Amino acid sequence: MAAVAATSSAIADAALELIEVKYEILPFVIDVEDAMLPGAPILHDDLFTAGVEPKATTASNIAKRVAFKLGDVDAGFAEADVVVEGYYTTQAVHQAYIEPHACVVTVGSDGQSLIYSSSQGHFMVRAYCAKLLGMELSDIRAMPSEIGGGFGGKTVVYLEPIAMALSKQTGRPVKMVMTREDVFRSTGPTSGGTIAVKLGAKKDGTITAATAVLKFQAGAFPGSPVQPGCMTCFAMYDLKNVTITGYDVVSNRPKVAAYRAPGAPISTFATESAMDELALKLGMDPIALREKNAAKDGTKTAYGVTFQNIGYTQTLEAAKNHPHYTAPLGPNQGRGVASGFWFNIGGESTGAVHVNEDGSVSIVTGSPDIGGSRASMAMMAAEVLGIPVEKVRPVIGDTATIGFTHLTGGSRVTFATGMAVTQAAERVRDDLKKRAAMIWEIPVEAVDWKDGEAVPAGANAGGFDPMPLAAIALKAAKTGGPIIAEVSVNAQGAGPGFATHICDVEVDPETGHTTVLRYTAIQDVGRAIHPSYVEGQIQGGAAQGIGWALNEEYIYDKQGKLDNAGFLDYRVPVASDMPMIEAVMIEVPNPRHPFGAKGVGEVPIVPPMAAVANAIRGAIGIRMPHLPMSPPKLRAAMDAKAG
Amino acid sequence: MSKQHVTTTINGEPAEFLAEPFMSLLDALRDEMHLTGSKEGCGSGDCGACSIIVDGRLVCSCLMLAVEAEGHEIITIEGVANGDELHPVQRKFLEHAALQCGYCTPGLIVATKALLDRHPNPTETEARYWLAGNLCRCTGYDKIIRAVMDAAAEMRGVTA
Ligand code: FES
Ligand code: FES
Repeated sequence: MAAVAATSSAIADAALELIEVKYEILPFVIDVEDAMLPGAPILHDDLFTAGVEPKATTASNIAKRVAFKLGDVDAGFAEADVVVEGYYTTQAVHQAYIEPHACVVTVGSDGQSLIYSSSQGHFMVRAYCAKLLGMELSDIRAMPSEIGGGFGGKTVVYLEPIAMALSKQTGRPVKMVMTREDVFRSTGPTSGGTIAVKLGAKKDGTITAATAVLKFQAGAFPGSPVQPGCMTCFAMYDLKNVTITGYDVVSNRPKVAAYRAPGAPISTFATESAMDELALKLGMDPIALREKNAAKDGTKTAYGVTFQNIGYTQTLEAAKNHPHYTAPLGPNQGRGVASGFWFNIGGESTGAVHVNEDGSVSIVTGSPDIGGSRASMAMMAAEVLGIPVEKVRPVIGDTATIGFTHLTGGSRVTFATGMAVTQAAERVRDDLKKRAAMIWEIPVEAVDWKDGEAVPAGANAGGFDPMPLAAIALKAAKTGGPIIAEVSVNAQGAGPGFATHICDVEVDPETGHTTVLRYTAIQDVGRAIHPSYVEGQIQGGAAQGIGWALNEEYIYDKQGKLDNAGFLDYRVPVASDMPMIEAVMIEVPNPRHPFGAKGVGEVPIVPPMAAVANAIRGAIGIRMPHLPMSPPKLRAAMDAKAG
Repeated sequence: MSKQHVTTTINGEPAEFLAEPFMSLLDALRDEMHLTGSKEGCGSGDCGACSIIVDGRLVCSCLMLAVEAEGHEIITIEGVANGDELHPVQRKFLEHAALQCGYCTPGLIVATKALLDRHPNPTETEARYWLAGNLCRCTGYDKIIRAVMDAAAEMRGVTA
């Protein structure tokens, strides 16, 4: 490996030109099914398939096999009146955040280091850099820069350790910025995959058996999201007999990184397309089929969890009753429905609340704000303290100024960091009451907190004028010093997310181009803390899913070189590709969160690909099992059908 | 390579800077003039994050050489507000929560201003096609388009 540091990027480019690299071309394999064949070029001599019995003894490109099982699928299929089977494929797609990766670092001669970088977690940046460079965590201070989108793709380091090594050698600050081409070539897309699905059902729609086999590209090193892909793909349904098998497969591609609800959009494209086929074969309404089999509170999933406080059937009910579902369709138009599931996670977070001398409030958390979470933090603290949200200023602390906080990802921030902030605000509120009691010289039990003021209660009610937060803050020095609280949590009990989307398309019979005419995304959000930002998450996720469905893919040439490493040829949806996206929020509160919040950011990307595919099936009468459903593929499919 | 002296007008003020002949106007704005509102998402004219207005025309500043700015009138995102008073487009972006990460936002606001300066009454479809060169990966465009249509209505003096 080589890296060049220079005083300008032009000089660095010129220096790079002078490095001569000789490549020896080895046998390679790009496709996931090819990589699994006997005789395929083996990427790693020391990679043995995990999760198989008996233990693997020869090296393989299959890094891992995972399996989930409930009941007896053979017996289930024997009971079925109707069986559908399908084989689906998806391509690698990139998160395509608009801000490329960048960092500025300094490594001092005493080893003290400072990193400014855009990431989904500066504690993660610190940990990776310390590990890679053999440093102590406390010698590295990682600053959270504003982040221009991540969607999972900024949960690992690319530039920071290299910049640190260069800074160490030169004794100068080092800045590194990726070009867009670098971003496409060298940072993680998510897996492409193949999914074989089989469903069996009774005439009344009851599913008697379901199987899925998933094979996901991991890139050159293990680590595809095949496991969550397996766990999510049938989680919307109460199934008695189900087996899901997944393979994590290495091939000569970039190592994948997380992308919004990792794995679920890939597997759910297949299972929700298969559900549509099943509805067609049964002559049943697709929502009615889903209602018949929907997971409810008490449903046990194939991966072991028993659901509580879920809102899936409510999304189906809302979809059925939405005017969109019964609106008339024109020629070449079709309507599709699909659902999706994502776990949502909790985990470690820290939040601090500081009451300032003038009665304003500062909040510090360790969670980079990727979609407006700072505003939600401020709103939760303001609610607890009973003060206007304008009085609360949220900031993100660096690794030296706030307690450890896990990544922004997994739809965890409003839930877990929100829990830490809420608890810290509650402690501050209790402290404020205590201070007021001291000033009034009454017991703390005799003080209530209402609308941002301490009010005497019980026997003392009316005995003193209410004392606002600002007045208590002013006297803090006399009542025990600064009024602050910092709370760290390892939050458990994130409520899972369910969504049902309705999509209308029109397919141009001449060009094969699909226009999305109307889109409605219905989701159980627990409780929306900041409703317009929640809508924004739903709309943004749906749009990424529509891009994944219709346009986006990594295109390789026969030599395994990426052909479309730029926004011109890797086409993400633009404004003129999209209709308005109506976000419908269903609120089934999460009892494990102080305000009932559930994660909302990820599940909206899960249903769109099947929703679009099912709509295209409705429009042209052809099942499109391969993503993306781009114009040439649709044209070819329509030509083949016409004979 | 010797640097060239460039004299231009940025946001209504005379401005001058030194630029290498190959330097993009975007880099000159950000690194020489410290106007970091314009962003680079691609450097190849495909994302619109670097949008500026040159002599009334919407331009990708990553595709223009800094030396080409000589004698022209440039408006960047920093020049859209009137002092402390936000431009209606900026206000409507805030009101409609038309941003998440905000990386695309300066370019989209500049592009919207360029649209409304010329076409105060666009249809939704026209607005969508005008803004098709400005990628946003976060929002799905819904709230952006609502903000644009609302700003247009307000600027025409109708309440939407
Ligand atoms: S940076 Fe200029 S168009 Fe993308
Ligand atoms: S708000 Fe993030 S790219 Fe538009």
